[in-house]
Amino acid sequence: MTEQNFAPMNRRSLFRMIGMAAGSAVMYQAMTDLGYAGESGYTGPTKLSGDVKGASVVVLGAGLAGLTAALELHNAGYKVQVLEYQHKAGGRNISIRGGDTVNELGGFKQQCQFDSGFYVNPGPMRIPYHHIALLDYCKRLNVPLEPFSIINYNAMIHNSKAFGGKAKRYREVESDFRGHTSELLAKVTAQGKLDQSVTKEDAEVLLQALRAYGALDRNYEYKKGALVSNHRGYDVDPGGGLSWQPTDSEPMAMSELLQSRLWTGLLTGHEYEYQMTMFQPVGGMDMISAGFVRALPQDMVKYNCKVTEVKQDANGVTVSYIDAQKGGAVQTATANWCVNTIPATILSQVPMQIGAPLKNAINSLAYSAGFKAGVQMKRRWWEDDERIYGGITYTDQPVALISYPSTQFMQTQKGVVLGAYTFGPHAFELTSMSPEERMKVVVDCGAAIHPQYRTEFENGVSVGWHRIPWTLGCFAQWSEANRAKNYDALCAIDGRMVLAGEHASHLGAWQEGAIVSALDAIKRLHQRVVAA
Amino acid sequence: MKSAFVVRVLGSALLLGLSVSSGAYAQGAGAGGGRGGFTEQGGEAIFKNVCQGCHMPDARGAVGAGMYPALAKNPKLEVAGYPVSVIVNGQKAMPALGGMFSDQQVADVTNYIRTHFGNNYKDKVTPADVKATRP
Repeated sequence: MTEQNFAPMNRRSLFRMIGMAAGSAVMYQAMTDLGYAGESGYTGPTKLSGDVKGASVVVLGAGLAGLTAALELHNAGYKVQVLEYQHKAGGRNISIRGGDTVNELGGFKQQCQFDSGFYVNPGPMRIPYHHIALLDYCKRLNVPLEPFSIINYNAMIHNSKAFGGKAKRYREVESDFRGHTSELLAKVTAQGKLDQSVTKEDAEVLLQALRAYGALDRNYEYKKGALVSNHRGYDVDPGGGLSWQPTDSEPMAMSELLQSRLWTGLLTGHEYEYQMTMFQPVGGMDMISAGFVRALPQDMVKYNCKVTEVKQDANGVTVSYIDAQKGGAVQTATANWCVNTIPATILSQVPMQIGAPLKNAINSLAYSAGFKAGVQMKRRWWEDDERIYGGITYTDQPVALISYPSTQFMQTQKGVVLGAYTFGPHAFELTSMSPEERMKVVVDCGAAIHPQYRTEFENGVSVGWHRIPWTLGCFAQWSEANRAKNYDALCAIDGRMVLAGEHASHLGAWQEGAIVSALDAIKRLHQRVVAA
Repeated sequence: MKSAFVVRVLGSALLLGLSVSSGAYAQGAGAGGGRGGFTEQGGEAIFKNVCQGCHMPDARGAVGAGMYPALAKNPKLEVAGYPVSVIVNGQKAMPALGGMFSDQQVADVTNYIRTHFGNNYKDKVTPADVKATRP
């Protein structure tokens, strides 16, 4: 105790002091300024202090929620065991590489044939800069990250029913939409038609801003010329010496651009969760769960366990399970407490001794359909031919997008492209197909934008999340009404068990949600343990 | 009819990289089905493009960490109102698909399932029956 009186003030103490003196709003601001508060409520590395009195915890599921809980509980001195359905840890934090087998329900089996060094992330694929719990773990667990290109001005936006089905470059759509709308707004501003909304002084500045922002000429018009080419690109790029002169490009007509709906492809990168800089782990998303596994004792996670029942009483929890592949005799695991991260789609089928509020909450959740496909190409034609380095092409076709690898630029002969990432009706439809049928759709859709798909496609692998045996869907689907009704009950400790996972978070479908959900759950559990 | 399911799907889609607009954009403006809905017509097409993703092409369901029930020879299909209600309103892991289907589509796929896969129920579901189950 004496030692602590002379210890340098740490961040936690500083924040607490600020909070006590000036109120929580000021404290939050201080934490934000020092980079510790974020949208997820994460306030820094977890410290579960106090005597846990030899308490034991069984964690169900070794996805990111379960791994986070296991790591922090273990570090706090709990006796931890983890039961995982699959033969490996990670859950939806997953990458597929050459040699991996994807087993979908119904006996649909795919053997991934990617060359060594390539992968596809069929679950989460990108990390926002403000998902700081996840980023902190990547740093602590030595998981190197690299940027994930979310916007590429040279990628395509495609509507099969517009411009004869010919895709346009992002930069053309972006510049023309910005230019045309700026011109319109400048026109009405200059004509004084906005005098109800804009003061004369502001109107002068607004005109200046629109001229700069919209690449407008001295007449406040968005017109073919050097200035506009410098935004949307050229027909012939500038060269050197006596080679050639640049040729300016012609903007799209505004009406055609609007009706084409290509502007919908401009929206994603502006939203908070898709703003640059985004990240991905070097070498595959599953490097994150691998980092957690490295940090845990080797025998902590038991694999191939299919949970069949959960009982609890005043003393603890008893989890029944069978071999996930072979079935057979029922085994049990007992502990004082349970952190249950099994997806709700499965939990609603597992008999558990829980109260009605939690049961109703679990039963209220279905999961969204999701579909992704990775395709290996014989050469990096999107770079060599199209000069698209990373980034995303959007399309109205069922595959919804093509995402080019944000890594190994121009360094490998071959490469893997994400050829599909879709939800809703098309995800149901693609999930309902066999792997072969799906790949045909993926190639057909890709070829409508990039003819190179036909000759350069080598092999591919797909995941329809409702056919994945350990999730029965992609992520929990909350309505606002259901969240108001059942979310708190889903998260509340029930006896000796607490749920955690992306479904028990306000960041559904994000890995950050799984992690902060687990941190919050074990914090509450820990409070009970030390208070007892 | 405002689709609660569409709102949920697109709301979730917002979180995973599709703006609301590009979500609708990505679904396309196909004939029928409406925004965010299924465009398949007829029970067979609906079953093969939607239902069999979970219930499997032979309607025998599947077992993993959890299970999808078989629709083949399923006695719960005897009272037609039950499958109609499950399709429209969902039940546990089965999503509520009512917002993505018209009354006609739900009727068609219910009638298809109840007369195939070893099921042989004679009574038919009408769109009016489906409408009655909607919230």
